[in-house]
Amino acid sequence: MKSYKKAQTKFLEQVVGFGFLRLCMLIILGILSVIFFDIISKSWGVITWEFLTQSPRNGMAEGGILPTIVGTVLITIITAIFSVPLGMGCAIYLNEYAGTGKLTRLIRISIRNLSGVPSIVYGLFGVALFVEAMHFGTCILSAGLTLGLMTLPWTITASEEALKGVPMSYREGSLALGATQWQSIRTNVLPYAIPGMLTGTILGLARAAGETAPILFTGAAFALPGLPKSLFDQFMAMPYHLYIMSTQHHAIEIVRPIAYGTALVLILVVFLMNLSAIVLRYHLRKSRQE
Amino acid sequence: MSQNFIAIDGFNFYYGQSKCLKNITLGIAPKEVTSIIGPSGCGKSTLLRCFNRMNDLIPNTRIEGTIHIDGQNIYTPDVDVVDLRRKVGMVFQRPNPFPKSIFENVAYGLRINGVKNKEFIAEKIEQGLINAGLWNEVKDRLHENALRLSGGQQQRLCVARALAIEPEVVLMDEPASALDPIATAKLEELIVELKKKYTIVIVTHNMQQAARISDITVFLMQGELIERGKTSEIFTRPTKKITEEYITGRFG
Ligand SMILES: Nc1ncnc2c1ncn2[C@@H]1O[C@H](COP(=O)(O)OP(=O)(O)OP(=O)(O)O)[C@@H](O)[C@H]1O
Ligand SMILES: [Mg+2]
Repeated sequence: MKSYKKAQTKFLEQVVGFGFLRLCMLIILGILSVIFFDIISKSWGVITWEFLTQSPRNGMAEGGILPTIVGTVLITIITAIFSVPLGMGCAIYLNEYAGTGKLTRLIRISIRNLSGVPSIVYGLFGVALFVEAMHFGTCILSAGLTLGLMTLPWTITASEEALKGVPMSYREGSLALGATQWQSIRTNVLPYAIPGMLTGTILGLARAAGETAPILFTGAAFALPGLPKSLFDQFMAMPYHLYIMSTQHHAIEIVRPIAYGTALVLILVVFLMNLSAIVLRYHLRKSRQE
Repeated sequence: MSQNFIAIDGFNFYYGQSKCLKNITLGIAPKEVTSIIGPSGCGKSTLLRCFNRMNDLIPNTRIEGTIHIDGQNIYTPDVDVVDLRRKVGMVFQRPNPFPKSIFENVAYGLRINGVKNKEFIAEKIEQGLINAGLWNEVKDRLHENALRLSGGQQQRLCVARALAIEPEVVLMDEPASALDPIATAKLEELIVELKKKYTIVIVTHNMQQAARISDITVFLMQGELIERGKTSEIFTRPTKKITEEYITGRFG
């Protein structure tokens, strides 16, 4: 019995261990709340109904940010339409059909690496491919597709993780009953992987919505007189607008509140997207458990 | 019974480099119960999973030799594996109900094989659950999630699920390992009953069970087939000493 640790020592170790973990959590929470508090306090008076529903006026020193909200929402929709089905399909192929050969491993490593490529590089690539080679010009479509390319690795990786989470025995069980592989995937794998796939995907989209670099050369405009009328129009976007308002405007000090207001709206939009991911996952999980 | 329904000939199985089944040659007669016994890790599950080519799903595996079922070599490229698995049903070593309702679990095999008629499905499900000895426990909660069942109930559900599509061969990998004595007795009765219609191969660690229900017993050890014979003979006068030691528990 001698070789066992004393209960007191074990208790002390536990207190120290948990104490350290708690400290980490508190530090992060502290940093986050300072940022959040700073933004909210400086933008509080700015967020009005007008701010959300009107275009900028007077050299963007007055008025609202409606075109930037519309622009960001539109490109995010394009991004989603492009990258969600493609990413999920690719993940299903890689995880369920591709096997474990060298080529599959190479593809997977490449995808992991792509998710580490700086977003400005995607921006450059978007110019070359969508704007020039495919002649879309600088527009909503080009920017949305560029962001879509950028989020693909994320979507694929998140979807693959969700598929890996479905126990092998579900696949075996259905195959043993004479299901084809596709039947097995459709009826006995996807239903359990979809919540996780969607969550990962929406988080990727939320990140895309806040990106500036990829849209910078592919369609985002400094200032526009009206709302875009087609997918081939240029657009204003919140992250880019924020960048302009904080560094490029001729009267930076005066428009500072507008910059903070834009920041808060952007954070709220991203937060809403994340929240919808959580709610969606919760409901899908619950309906599966009935 | 002279004609074999399943004929295994010079069969080797490899997980990567390691040879797990060694030169197995064995015939399994139709409408009989064959038990496979042997120490843990000797390859019983592996052999069973070769009969419906379930091992195809495991990467880096390889076979040599042939297995014929109903006269057809199941390892030739032109064999439709889906069709094979519909004919050769399986109850896995670990209960693996789908996280669907009890009803949908049993209906699953019928649905993926294209059965649409609701009354027919309901009838099959009731019959399957009665056969598996589960009907009375679940008849009022058919639409509850099957994961809420106890381990033993889950295993019987898997039996019902496998039987619902009326295969020709039923493979059972230690189906009774999670069952209490009463459920085990019911399952054994069921197996004896099923013998009238199906060819049954069962893996078990329970010697009494093998003795009670099977016509033929096969003893495997370290991937080799040591002895195959009528159950009555294997359990009374085995020809090999090692078989006797294993059966009487004086092994190792
Ligand atoms: N997926 C796998 N990959 C590699 N080796 C495996 C795999 N599955 C089983 N084996 C090995 O093959 C051998 C036989 O395993 P198997 O599951 O067939 O044994 P078993 O006779 O069913 O044992 P038990 O009675 O414990 O279920 C074991 O040594 C095991 O480690
Ligand atoms: Mg086993």
